[in-house]
Amino acid sequence: MDLSSINPVLLVASIMVASTPVLLAALGELVVEKSGVLNLGVEGMMITGAICGFAIAVNTGSPFLGFVAAAVGGAILSLIFGILTQSLLSNQVATGLALTLFGLGFSALVGQSYVGIRPPATARLDIPVLSDLPVVGGMFFNHDIMVYVSLALVIAVWAVLKFTRVGLILRAVGENHDAAHALGYKVVRVRLCAIMFGGACAGLGGAYLSLIRVPQWTEGMTAGAGWIALAIVVFGSWRAPRVLLGAYLFGGVTVLQLNLQAAGLAIPVEYLSMSPYLITIAVLVVMSASKGRVRAAAPACLGRIFHAST
Amino acid sequence: MTTEDSTAHSTALLTLEGLTKAYPGVVANDDVSFAIQPGEVHALLGENGAGKSTLVKMIYGLVAPDAGRMIFKGAPYAPAEPRAARAAGVAMVFQHFSLFEALSVAENIALGMEHPPRMRDLAARIRDVSEAYGLPLDPFRVVGDLSAGERQRVEIIRCLLQNPQLLIMDEPTSVLTPQEVDILFKTLEKLKIEGTSILYISHKLEEIRRLCDAATVLRLGKKIATCNPQEETARAMAEMMVGTVLQVPERKAHDEGPVALSIRELSLPAPSEFGTALKDISLEVRKGEVLGIGGVAGNGQDELTAALSGEQLSPSGSVFIRNDDLSTAGPAQRRAAGLLVAPEERLGHAAAPAMSLIENALLTGRTREGLARSGLINWTKSGSFADAIIARFDVRTPSARVAARSLSGGNLQKFVIGREIMQRPDVLVVNQPTWGVDASAAAAIRQALLDLAAKGAAVVVISQDLDELMEICDRFCALNEGRLSAPVPAAGLTVEQIGLMLGGAHDMHEATA
Repeated sequence: MDLSSINPVLLVASIMVASTPVLLAALGELVVEKSGVLNLGVEGMMITGAICGFAIAVNTGSPFLGFVAAAVGGAILSLIFGILTQSLLSNQVATGLALTLFGLGFSALVGQSYVGIRPPATARLDIPVLSDLPVVGGMFFNHDIMVYVSLALVIAVWAVLKFTRVGLILRAVGENHDAAHALGYKVVRVRLCAIMFGGACAGLGGAYLSLIRVPQWTEGMTAGAGWIALAIVVFGSWRAPRVLLGAYLFGGVTVLQLNLQAAGLAIPVEYLSMSPYLITIAVLVVMSASKGRVRAAAPACLGRIFHAST
Repeated sequence: MTTEDSTAHSTALLTLEGLTKAYPGVVANDDVSFAIQPGEVHALLGENGAGKSTLVKMIYGLVAPDAGRMIFKGAPYAPAEPRAARAAGVAMVFQHFSLFEALSVAENIALGMEHPPRMRDLAARIRDVSEAYGLPLDPFRVVGDLSAGERQRVEIIRCLLQNPQLLIMDEPTSVLTPQEVDILFKTLEKLKIEGTSILYISHKLEEIRRLCDAATVLRLGKKIATCNPQEETARAMAEMMVGTVLQVPERKAHDEGPVALSIRELSLPAPSEFGTALKDISLEVRKGEVLGIGGVAGNGQDELTAALSGEQLSPSGSVFIRNDDLSTAGPAQRRAAGLLVAPEERLGHAAAPAMSLIENALLTGRTREGLARSGLINWTKSGSFADAIIARFDVRTPSARVAARSLSGGNLQKFVIGREIMQRPDVLVVNQPTWGVDASAAAAIRQALLDLAAKGAAVVVISQDLDELMEICDRFCALNEGRLSAPVPAAGLTVEQIGLMLGGAHDMHEATA
């Protein structure tokens, strides 16, 4: 094994790229769960975003329009989930799982004619001075704009939830929907907005995979990233900065195992490939074992159906 | 003074005329009319199911009346939603606190306001108002950590910040200690002097006689009378409310039996960040005795209940039934040994809300009643056990197959206490047996506890209602910050003396000074 073949600058840079799709999807799901809704359809919304973004970017030649289309596509798919669970009061777990299956099938159908095409390249953001810094410039300041969008979104989600009235109402709805209703807040409306935000974020995450990270369209290309995003929300105990940590941890292990494979580590490739998932599970177990903390952090109405009876 | 004459109507703050609201199968309010004067504390009296809640929900805009009208400050008043009611000057303190546990006091209050100021300014206003009205409260504490009394303050302050002209209070004193009640009454009297009217729902008649200027009695959705509580006896009002002559629990004389339950120097760490550690608790309860444990909520009542039920295990050598050490035995073993416990929270702890009464009867009666054998449930036997509880404790329910949560508080409480009593316990521990329960159900529950003791069981009643403890206990001790005082004979103790035994009370007096 030759560890010297691993370039630390490229390693950090590729960790940031590898983490961004999961980070975007997890931030969206964080907002959804804070409003008291459990949407297990992240995987389906991500892959729908991936194909919507890919198709529009290829047809228009504009990656920007591709990302917009991905966000819209994810949001529309999540709206189906929203109407089913919020208006028609269907079970959130079953509906979310159905959404994932639907998204996977739908994207495969739409994507048939896009296999093997290269999408238009997304420009790197060239930041004066910072990008030219030795080492640090290569690590942190030589990325496409979506990496910075995702980081800005971490701060935005954190600040909105903590400091604004909108955030307070969102948390209140997720904490006790009956009390929020008694005070006159529109529980269903707040939740629909949160669900659509979550769908848009998942769509962006999916498009980041198909337009930048891979960049190509293949069926089922999200490969469980949506599920990891769900796990990372729990890992981050419903806090945006910790979700960032979780996403980068997962991205880090993913990239590291690729590098170790390339460096010829003498264990079967399959073990390395499964390591990010194993480590995520291990971390979740450790987190949940610290008694009461996860439970205390979870929104009290998470996954519960709201029906205004009085 | 009567509120019925027409001159009163013209000056009244709120007049209700012929309010009627029917739900499928039941008329909750039938042609209810009365008036609330400015600066008046008006009591709304009635048993559970009398229609008090529906009536105030109509005033607060949560429910629209089927017929009738309301006049507020001389203009027709028909709030479509609570927001409209609040804007008009009506505020409400709910019986089941409508608070967000994971949020801070200030955030909870901000959610109840239309245009809240910035957090820092709001926190300052909360401090000002809470001190002005003698209800000390830290705006940055998380509501989940507060005691029931403190949570109520959050609700009251949330209302007061809106400067309401009419404040509706639903059973405000059911969870308060005498000292906290005094503090609350001082606050209410201050509000009254400032011209705020209060609609005060309660079934504690002595309180109403002390505080209220007028009282309207509802029974089965109909208004029975509006009277002046200062001129009526508590008994007369109770009989108006119930419609029959009320029975006072009677205690039969009994001999002092052998020790049934003993706790020896039990210390347990706090089960969670927000819990209370139990410190060096020792007590002995004899057969045939009722021991009362009083104390302000959050001083270890729940922890002590859990340590007795076996939900929380103890170091060996600390919990004994007769001479058997059950410290490390779980709830099922303790039940088998004759120690039964009815915890405080009816829905979610004592009973599973979505499960039927039969299933709930099965959950604790499984061992002692033999409702399940070799892993198979005997539904016939479970059903007849549930029916027996319902029949003996007069639980008003269409059948034993309905979900526990569909019962009213008093009926479910009769069911969960009855379920334990029917299993003929040697030791019964009940926590807050009559919280939020109406007068006749409370009397029935107390009588059942006394009857059980008379048959030779040891009964431990943990309660914040000191009148209740005085009524049924042989000996009394106080739980304060996880420590238990030495028991004293209950006969001859006054409520004031007991109040002083309970710590925490002193702090609150100082806070108001």
